[in-house]
Amino acid sequence: MDTLKLDHHIYRDLLKQFIETQDEKSLYEAEQISKQLMQRHTSPEEIIHIHVKALRELFPNLSKEIQYSMDFLLETMISYGLALQEFQALREKQYEINSEISIAASMQDTLLSTVKPAIEGMDIGAISVPAQQMNGDYHHFVKDSQGALGVAIADVVGKGIPAALCMSMIKYSMDSFPENRMDPSVILENLNRVVERNVDPSMFITMFYGQYCPNSATFTYSSAGHEPGFHYDAKHDVFSEIEARGLVLGVSRDAVYQQYEKEINENDMIILLTDGVTECRQGERFIEHEEVLNVIKQYMHLSAQEMVDNVFKHFERLQDFHLRDDFTLIALKKYV
Amino acid sequence: MDFQSCVTIQKEWDIVGARQMGRNIAKEIGFGTVDQARIATAISELARNIYLYAGSGEICFERLETIDRKGIGIYAIDKGPGMEEVSRVMEDGFSTSGGLGAGLPGVKRLMDEFDIVSEVGKGTKITVMKWIR
Ligand SMILES: Nc1ncnc2c1ncn2[C@@H]1O[C@H](COP(=O)(O)OP(=O)(O)OP(=O)(O)O)[C@@H](O)[C@H]1O
Ligand SMILES: [Mg+2]
Repeated sequence: MDTLKLDHHIYRDLLKQFIETQDEKSLYEAEQISKQLMQRHTSPEEIIHIHVKALRELFPNLSKEIQYSMDFLLETMISYGLALQEFQALREKQYEINSEISIAASMQDTLLSTVKPAIEGMDIGAISVPAQQMNGDYHHFVKDSQGALGVAIADVVGKGIPAALCMSMIKYSMDSFPENRMDPSVILENLNRVVERNVDPSMFITMFYGQYCPNSATFTYSSAGHEPGFHYDAKHDVFSEIEARGLVLGVSRDAVYQQYEKEINENDMIILLTDGVTECRQGERFIEHEEVLNVIKQYMHLSAQEMVDNVFKHFERLQDFHLRDDFTLIALKKYV
Repeated sequence: MDFQSCVTIQKEWDIVGARQMGRNIAKEIGFGTVDQARIATAISELARNIYLYAGSGEICFERLETIDRKGIGIYAIDKGPGMEEVSRVMEDGFSTSGGLGAGLPGVKRLMDEFDIVSEVGKGTKITVMKWIR
């Protein structure tokens, strides 16, 4: 009540000054007052009320017509006042939702965190960066009792919170698998059933599962419709796509997955990725696979982790630091 | 309850009558012009809802007086279809007008006290009050 009175006097004097001089200074001050009023959530009808009061005090002989017209104006402003209040309430709500999401995102980070295991003869690099706050990509490393590396990489078609929820489910079903080694094809078949049972049919998950066995130096893998990775053959200095056929998870209850095997020689490299990497865009143009490989080549003299970090930085810059999709890139480099 | 004054809502023009009666009572009680306008807007929203969703009903007024304050009580009563999810209705942005601040959440903001009792198939009673500050 007191602040309103204060405003009222300032407003009246300012109005008087302006009517007498029509100077820019009073208009500037009016601008400041209106900002203060906004901060105090003063509604438009209250401002009109202040105006009418000031007018009456300055011009006691104010014509009836003007007074009535002011009442009319005040009445028409009520709805604007309500819209303003609603806007403020919604803004607060949005703020709350945002802070909830960022808590959820950091929970997800903890839930889905994976540690790169130490594997004999293998240098591992991995990076996963969400486009929005929550990540719809997933990657996971395990080392089994015989020293073999298991690596999973998955992508939910879709982004944001629904995709992230879906990924937590994948993570937990994988955790519930038995300790002893399972074939990649069996892992995908099991996950496929989980996804088929639990996830909305409009949602798809692609996944690649690979196993590297240091003793035999072989890489065994299966894919559920996942973006093909690359194999670098050091002896011939060529990259080739790691082709693997398989239905995306969750489409058909009894999908079966074929299993493939590759020999990994000294200085060979396995690159796994999600389509956030291959579908990077420069302006409206999608980049070609060739370009992804060129960037990889540029950094492949570095350690696996430095390599994936630099590739990411390259594409981040190419896209003006605005990722359109979650980006996950894994590199496995075999050394002597 | 025995109300001092009621307006029957059947036609769109009855909304105007309810506004008029509400404004007159508010003025008599001593509400200022801004609050009169707010009370009239709240009455409009309540009466329009009766007209649109219940077909017919009543808007009643009560002069409120306690030892330390004065105010107005408004009751919107109908025997229409009632509302299933009152809490949904009270969310901002739910109203069919596309959420321009009005509707029932707007009524709640315009007034000091707000209550809905609604039963599907039986009707709705909305009680609002505003006190002179
Ligand atoms: N008296 C009533 N009886 C039955 N249903 C009602 C009644 N009043 C409101 N409703 C229901 O509640 C909903 C929300 O009402 P509200 O007045 O908030 O918004 P609206 O009437 O849809 O849009 P507007 O913003 O134009 O008022 C209505 O769409 C209607 O379904
Ligand atoms: Mg309405």
